[in-house]
Amino acid sequence: MARTHKLYVAGAFPRSESGRVHPVHDSRGEFLANAAWASRKDVRDAVVAARKAFDGWSEATAYNRGQVLFRVAEVMEGRRAQFADEVVAAEGVSREAAESTVDKSIDRMVWYAGWTDKLAMVLGTVNPVAGPYFSFSAPEPTGVVGVLAPQKSALLGLVSVVAPVIAAGNTCVVVSSTERPLPAVTLSEVLATSDLPGGVVNLLTGDAAELAPWLASHADVNALDPTGAPESLRADLERSAAETVKRVLDVRHGEPDWSGDPGVRRLREFTEIKTVWHPVGT
Amino acid sequence: MTDPAPDSAHIVPWQYSPAPVPRELANLRSHYRMFLGGEFVDGDGESLTSINPATEEVLAEVSGASASDVDRAVAAARAAFERSWGPMPGSERAKYLFRIARLIQERGRELAVLETLDNGKPIKESRDVDIPTAAAHFFHHAGWADKLDHAGHGANPRPLGVAGQIIPWNFPLLMLARKIAPALACGNTVVLKPAETTPLTALVFAEICEQAGLPAGVVNIVAGADDIGAEIVAHGGVDKIAFTGSTEVGKRIRRTLAGTGRKPTLELGGKGASIVFDDAPIDQAIEGIVGGVFVNQGQVSCAGSRLLVQESIAEELLDKLHSRVATLRLGDPLDANTDVGAINSATRLDRITELTDAGDSEGARRWTSPCPLPDRGFFFAPTVFSDVQQSMRIAREEIFGPVLSVLTFRTPDEAVAKANNTSYGLSAGIWTEKGSRILWAAQRIRAGAVWANTFNRFDPTAPFGGYRESGFGREGGRAGLEAYLDV
Repeated sequence: MARTHKLYVAGAFPRSESGRVHPVHDSRGEFLANAAWASRKDVRDAVVAARKAFDGWSEATAYNRGQVLFRVAEVMEGRRAQFADEVVAAEGVSREAAESTVDKSIDRMVWYAGWTDKLAMVLGTVNPVAGPYFSFSAPEPTGVVGVLAPQKSALLGLVSVVAPVIAAGNTCVVVSSTERPLPAVTLSEVLATSDLPGGVVNLLTGDAAELAPWLASHADVNALDPTGAPESLRADLERSAAETVKRVLDVRHGEPDWSGDPGVRRLREFTEIKTVWHPVGT
Repeated sequence: MTDPAPDSAHIVPWQYSPAPVPRELANLRSHYRMFLGGEFVDGDGESLTSINPATEEVLAEVSGASASDVDRAVAAARAAFERSWGPMPGSERAKYLFRIARLIQERGRELAVLETLDNGKPIKESRDVDIPTAAAHFFHHAGWADKLDHAGHGANPRPLGVAGQIIPWNFPLLMLARKIAPALACGNTVVLKPAETTPLTALVFAEICEQAGLPAGVVNIVAGADDIGAEIVAHGGVDKIAFTGSTEVGKRIRRTLAGTGRKPTLELGGKGASIVFDDAPIDQAIEGIVGGVFVNQGQVSCAGSRLLVQESIAEELLDKLHSRVATLRLGDPLDANTDVGAINSATRLDRITELTDAGDSEGARRWTSPCPLPDRGFFFAPTVFSDVQQSMRIAREEIFGPVLSVLTFRTPDEAVAKANNTSYGLSAGIWTEKGSRILWAAQRIRAGAVWANTFNRFDPTAPFGGYRESGFGREGGRAGLEAYLDV
C-alpha cells in the first residue's frame, strides 16, 4: 500500500498545514508514494523551529556536534539498502551506482563530522596586530539557513548541502528535491532517530520554486543556499534577500559534481568571522 | 529635558594655546583631475567642488566622471588585468605594494593635512591614525601577494578581474587602502570612486601610484556623485563590487548585482553597543566610551553609539562621562589640540540635528557639552542622551555624529539581549575586570568586531566586517583576501 509521507519540522513529523500531498514517481514514471506538499505556512513554522533550536546547537561544543554528525552517518549506514532503493528509483541509475552514491553520502557526513572542531582552527586566526592587544578571529555560525536542496542528486547532493550548514553550527530549513523527495524523507527518519536535536534540520518536501521566495524574503533567515532553486528564479531570490542583507551562496550554473572534494567553501560561506580584541598589560 | 552644564570645577580650568599645523603642507591645488589608464585626465562629467567643512571655503574643483569615463576606466582596468597585472608574478606585485606603502609614509604629512582640510577630521587623527594605518594596509598586503597559496583558500587561487570599489567620506584614504591593497595583492585591477565630498587624497594617491611606477590601468580613480557609483555597480565589465557606506545603498547595490554572479562585499552601517558591567575599571571605560563614539566626530559605522550601563553604576558613570566629555576641545581641525573637528557636510549635520531632535521629542534626557562652537563650518557639540529606551530612534538608527545614547541593564543576559536588539551587527564593547564574563559576552554578541576593555582598534591583520545588516565579507587579514579571490 502506498504511503503518504509527512514533513519533518521541530523534530516531529507533521502533515502540511495546507493538507496538500503530491504523488512521487520513479524515473520511469511509476507511482511510488505520496509526499507532503509544503506551503508558505510550513516554511514559516520551520523557520520558527530552526530559530528555537539555534542557541542550543550553536552553543553545543564542537566535539558534541561532531559526535552527533557521526551518529547520523552511522544511522544512515543502517538504512543503506533503503537509501539505495530510493536512489535507484529517483535517479534511474544502476543498483551498483546507487550503492556507491549512498556510500559517498555516508562518507560525506563523516567528513563534515570531522570538520566541526577544525573549522575554527582552519578559518580562524590570531592576529599579530601592531600594538599591545590580544586579537583573535574565529568563525561563528551565521544563524538560520534556508537550503534549496539539489534537484537531481537527491541523496548525495542533499547531504552535501545540509551537512556543512549544521557542522558549522547553523540550523536550517531544507526544501528537498521536488520530484525526488524520498531520500530526503528517509533522511528525516534518520535524523529523528539519531542524536540531532529537533529543529536543527527541518526538511520540507514540496516545490522549490514555490517555497524559495518565502525563504529568501524571510527576515529571520540569515542565509540562503539557492542550489536547488530554478536558475530562472535566482536573480529574484537575490533581490529579495537584499532587503535583509541575507547571505546568499554564490551558485554557479548547473548542478555541481557532488562526488568531488567539497573544500571549505560552504563551511566558510555559512559562518561569520568575529574578531575580538583585548588589551595586554600588567 | 536638558541637564544643566556640569559643575565648572570638572572642566579643565586652563586654556590651550593654538597649535595649528600649516595648511601649506597639503600642497593644495585649485584643480584636481581623474586618474584613468595611467594618466591624469579631465572627465566629461560634472565637476565637483570640494569644500573645507570647518570653514565652508572652497578647497578645489575636481573633474568629475561621466558614464563614458567609467567605461574607459573599466576598459583600462581590464587591459591592465589581462596584459600586465594579472600575468605578473606575485613577488613582483609585492614590490609595487611595498613601494606604495613607503610613498604614503613619505608623503604622510601632506596627506594628513589634505585629509583634514577635505574631511574636517582633527589633524591628530588623520596624522596618527588614518595615514599610518593606510600605509600599514599596503605593507601587510604586499606580503600576501606572493603567499596566496598559503591563505587557506586552496592552492593557486585566482583573482576575480576588475574590481569596482566605492568608498565613503569618513576615512577617505584609509578606506581606499582597505579596498585597493587586498585587491592588488590578489592580482585584481581596480576602478575606485572616492566620496563626492572627499576626493582629494584619492587623487594624490593616484600620483603615488604613478611615482611607484605602477603599470597603467591597474588603479583608476574616478570622481563623482552617487550616479557614478551606480554606473560602476551596474557595469558589465566589472567582476567584483566592494562598497562601504550606508545599509540603504548597500541593499540597492545587492539588488543591482542580483543574478549577475558578480561578487559583492558590503561594509554597511552599525549601531554598536558598549556594555559596562558594575565591576568595570570606570576611568578606563570612560576613555574607551569617549574614543568609541566621539572619534572622527562619531562618523564611524562601528562607533559605540549605544552605551549599556549596569544600573547600579549608571549615575556615577554618567557624572564622570559628562565631566570627561566637557573637556573635549572642539574647533579648528588643523589645530593639534583639537579633539572634535567638523561634521563632513551640511547634509550630515542636518541629519544629526534631525535625529537628536527626535531624541528630545521622544523623551530622552539630553546633555550637551558646554564647548563653544565656531561661527562658521559644520560643527555639532558632543551630546549624551540618557533615559533612552530601546524603541527610540536614537537607540535604533545610526546617527553618525558625536551623539551617545545611554541605556541601562540589570543582568548580563539583559545586557547581551539589548546589545543584540538591532538589525545591525558590526561592533560591540565590553567593559569588566572579569575575564570569564568578557569571553561569555564576546561569544554571545552578534557582531563582527568585539572590543573588550578597549574600543575602535583596527589593524590590517585583523579581519573587520559585519553580521546581519552591517554587511557581508571581511576586510583585513587572511579572511579579507577571500573577497578578491575566485574561491
